[in-house]
Amino acid sequence: MTLLALAERQLLQPGGLSSGDLDRVFSQLMGPSIDAADLYFQHSRSESWMLEDGIVKEGNHSIEQGVGVRAMSGEKTGFAYSDEIVLPQLLTAAHSARAIAQSGADRNSHALAAHDVKSLYPPIDPVESLPTEEKITLLREVDKFCRSLDPCIGQVIVSVSGVLDTVLVAAADGTLAADVRPLVRLNVQVIAERNGRRESGSAGGGGRYGYRELLANGRAHALAREAVRQALVNLDSVPAPAGTMTVVLGPGWPGVLLHEAIGHGFEGDFNRKGTSAFAGRMGEKIASPLCTVVDDGTLPNRRGSLSIDDEGVPTECTTLIENGVLKGFMQDKLNARLMGMRSTGNGRRESFAHLPMPRMTNTYMLPGQNDPGEIIASVERGLYAVNFGGGQVDITNGKFVFSASEAYLIENGKVTRPVKGATLIGSGPEVLTRVSMVGNDLKLDEGVGVCGKEGQSVPVGVGQPTLRIDAMTVGGTAA
Amino acid sequence: MEAYAVNQSIAKQTSDSADDSQTQLDTLATLAEDVIRRCRAAGASEAEIGTSIDLGLNVSVRMGEVETIEHTRDRSFGVTVYFGKRKGSASTADLQPDSIGKTIEQACAIARYTEEDPYTGLADPARLARQFPDLDLWHPWQIAPEEAIRLGIEIEDAGRIEGISNSEGASVQAGESLSVYATSQGFTGKERGTRHMLSCALIAEDAAGMQRDYWYESVRSANDFPDAATIGRKAAERTLARRNARQLGTRDCPVLFAPEVARGLIGHLVSAVSGGALYRKASFLLDHMGKKILPDFVEIVERPQLRRGQNSAAFDAEGVATKDSDLIRGGVLQRYVLGSYSARKLGLQSTGNAGGIHNLVVSTGTGDFAAMLKRLGTGLVVTEVMGQGVSIITGDYSRGASGFWVENGQVAYPVEEITIAANLRDMFTSIVAIGADVDPRSHILTGSILVGRMTVAGS
Repeated sequence: MTLLALAERQLLQPGGLSSGDLDRVFSQLMGPSIDAADLYFQHSRSESWMLEDGIVKEGNHSIEQGVGVRAMSGEKTGFAYSDEIVLPQLLTAAHSARAIAQSGADRNSHALAAHDVKSLYPPIDPVESLPTEEKITLLREVDKFCRSLDPCIGQVIVSVSGVLDTVLVAAADGTLAADVRPLVRLNVQVIAERNGRRESGSAGGGGRYGYRELLANGRAHALAREAVRQALVNLDSVPAPAGTMTVVLGPGWPGVLLHEAIGHGFEGDFNRKGTSAFAGRMGEKIASPLCTVVDDGTLPNRRGSLSIDDEGVPTECTTLIENGVLKGFMQDKLNARLMGMRSTGNGRRESFAHLPMPRMTNTYMLPGQNDPGEIIASVERGLYAVNFGGGQVDITNGKFVFSASEAYLIENGKVTRPVKGATLIGSGPEVLTRVSMVGNDLKLDEGVGVCGKEGQSVPVGVGQPTLRIDAMTVGGTAA
Repeated sequence: MEAYAVNQSIAKQTSDSADDSQTQLDTLATLAEDVIRRCRAAGASEAEIGTSIDLGLNVSVRMGEVETIEHTRDRSFGVTVYFGKRKGSASTADLQPDSIGKTIEQACAIARYTEEDPYTGLADPARLARQFPDLDLWHPWQIAPEEAIRLGIEIEDAGRIEGISNSEGASVQAGESLSVYATSQGFTGKERGTRHMLSCALIAEDAAGMQRDYWYESVRSANDFPDAATIGRKAAERTLARRNARQLGTRDCPVLFAPEVARGLIGHLVSAVSGGALYRKASFLLDHMGKKILPDFVEIVERPQLRRGQNSAAFDAEGVATKDSDLIRGGVLQRYVLGSYSARKLGLQSTGNAGGIHNLVVSTGTGDFAAMLKRLGTGLVVTEVMGQGVSIITGDYSRGASGFWVENGQVAYPVEEITIAANLRDMFTSIVAIGADVDPRSHILTGSILVGRMTVAGS
C-alpha cells in the first residue's frame, strides 16, 4: 500500500471524507485575495514507559488527531483546526480561516496531484514493533546494568517512548502528499553519590525506526554506560573557569552550537522580517573558511529527518554556509513566496493545531582536516567541552548560550581536570569567524534533540566534528 | 451510548457564544463520572479522570497590518486506572464514545504490565476539597477578531516611536479553559478560568546591529489590562535602552535581579524543595526542613485562593484542598512542596501541591526599583537570563545574562554577552534586599532581588 493510501485509510475514511469533499473545502477556502491554502490531517499515536526505583512505575498511551486549515493572503494567515475529521467541521474551520481576506468571487484551486516521494524510514508503528513484555524487560535490564557498573549509582530512571505520526497534506497549489513517521527514544538518567556529593548523568538515543533498530548492537547498554560515566566524571569536577578563553568542542551533540549560533538566524521568517542578525547578509563572509554548514532533512532514519515537510515539500540538504560564506536560508512556502525564493522543505509544525514555520531538520558542519588530538594539543589553556544541555538564542542581536554538562580544563595541550557545568555565551555572527581548526571526526548526535520556537516543539538533529574556537566566554566561577 | 449524546452536546455548545460554561462543566463531569464507572466495571480498583476544553483567539499584527488570526479549540481526556498498586494511563483528544472506550482499554492494558508501587494511588480522601469558593477567575473576553486587530495595531503603533526601526509585532490573546477532575472516591472538581494576554516586541538599531525587547500583560479579566498604549511604550523603552550594549570584563559583583527575572530564583527554590527532587535525592536542599536557607527578613507564603490569582485553585491536581501556608518564615524552610505520591515516599502528608505551586507571595521591603538601584550601589542589574544552566541537584547556577551596569545607584550603560554564576545556596543566603516593585504577571509575586555577590564572566 502506498503512503498516500495508508494515510487516506487512517485519516479520511473514518470520517467518510472523499477527494471530492476536499475540493469542496478548498472552494470554501479560496477567495480573490487568497494566495495559498492548505489542509493538514494528522493522526498521532504514542506510548511511553518509565522505570524508577527499580520498578516499572508508569505507562501511558495517547492518541491525538485532527485537521488544521490555513488560508494565506500576502503576509496574512488565517488558521483554524478541528479535532474531528468530518466535513461539517472542516467547512467551519475553512470559513474561520478564510476570514483573513475580504470576501469576493471565488478563485479556483489547482487539482490535487500526488507525486512519488522517496521515503527515508519504514512506515511501521513503533508501539507494535516490540511486544510489551520486551519493553518492560529492557527497562529492568538497563536499570540492573547501570547499578552493576558502579556502587555509587543511587537513582536510575529509564524510559522508552514511541510515536507514529500519520500525516496528509492537501494544498490549493495542487500538493497532495502523505507521510508515515515513526519515532522512538530511549533515555537513561542516573544519580551518583560519593562522600555526600551528588551528581547526575544522562544519555539518550533514538531515531525514525522501530524499537528493534533502536536496540541493535547493544545500544541500550552503551547509553547506560555513558550516563554512568558522565555522573562519575562530574563527581570529581572542580569549579569551571570564568572569562574569555579558547574552547574546544567535542564532536556530535556539541553541534547544538550551530543550531543556536547560526541555525535559527538562518530561518526564512526572521530574514523576511529583517529581525535576524543575518538578514541581508547573503553572500557575505560570516565564518572562517574552514566552516561549511548544512541543514539536511534527507538522512535516512535520523530523528530530525522527514521524507516530506509539513507542507508536503520533499526535504533537502540545504547549504547554509560554504567555506565561510552565507549561502542559503531555510524556507517554508509562505516565506519563500514573500521573498521570491523557493521552499527548501523546512516548513514544519508541532501538530495540526499549530501553524507551520521554517524550522531546522539535522544541522551539522562538514568535517575538516585536523586530527582531534592535534586540536587539543594546540591549546595552551582552555576548555574542552564534550556534552551539553540545551541552548538558547536571541536571533536579533545574535547572542546565544549553550550549557556544558561535561567539560574539562586543557592545560599545556593536555586534557586535565573535569570542571562543573557552565554556560558558554557568544555572538552568532562572530563565533564561527573564530574557528581556527576543524576536526576530521564528524559525528551526528544520538537522536534526542528537541527544538522550541514560538511555543512549538519539533524533533531535530545536530552534529559537528571537533572544533577549536579561539575565544568564547565561559561562565564558571573560578578565576 | 449515553456518552455519545453527551459529546454531541459539547460540540454544539462550544460554538455557541452565550456563556454556558457551567453546563459544559456539568457535561464533562457527567462524562468523567460515567467513565469512572466503566473503569470499575473493567476491574479497576480505583480510577481518576482529567478532562478539559480550551478555547482561544490569538491575533497578531505586525507593521500596522494583521499577520495571523488563529482560532484554537483543544480538548483532552486522560484516564488513570489502578489495579491495587499497579497503574496505567491513557489519553485522547477525541471524546467520541468508541475512542473513550479504547482509551479505557489502553489504560487497563498498561496496568497489566506496570509493577506494584507501594506508594502509588489516589490522594487521602480526608484531604480532598469540600469547599469550592468562587475565586473570580472566569471573565470571558468576547473580543471579535476585527476588534483584536485594532487593539493590536494600537499597541504596536504606540511602540513604534523614534529609534524603533522594526517590529516583531503585537499580539492579542483571549483564552477560556474548562476542566474537570474526578476520582473513584466520589470526588468531582470543576474549574473554569480565563486568561488573556497582550504583548509587543520591537527592534532598534545601533552601530553594532540590532536589539530586540518586549513587554506583555497577562490577566484573568480584560478589565485589568492597563491602557493598551502603555504596553507598546514599555516594549519600546526596553528596546531602546538596550542600544549600544557592551560586554563587561570578568569580575565578582553584587547582582540585582529585576522582578521579571527574580521570580525565576524563587522558582528554583521551589524546585529544590519539591517532592520529586527530594525523594530522588536530586536536590541541593535535601533534609533542609526547619533549616535556615534565606536571610531572617525573608518570608514566603503560599496563597492558593487569591481572587483572580494567576495560579489560583480550590484544589490541586489530585483534588486535595488548598490553603494558605508558610513556605519560608524568618528565612527558615517551613515545609516541602508535595503531592500525595512524593509525600508517601517521604513519610509526610500532601501539601496540596500535586501539579505544582499555586500563588507564592514573597515579602518585600519598601524600596521601589530606583531605591533598589541605590541599594545595589555599583554592580549588575539583570533584566534577562538565557539558557538552562541551573542544576537543582548541586545548586550550581551559570546562565547567560543581559541588563545594565550600575555605578553609585545610577544606570551607567547596557550590558550583554555575559554570564552570571554562583551556587544557589550562596545566592539565597546572600540576598541583601527584596524590592517592593512586585511583578503581578506571574504566580510568583516578588519584587526585584538583590544578591550579594556572583561571578560575572565577560571579556
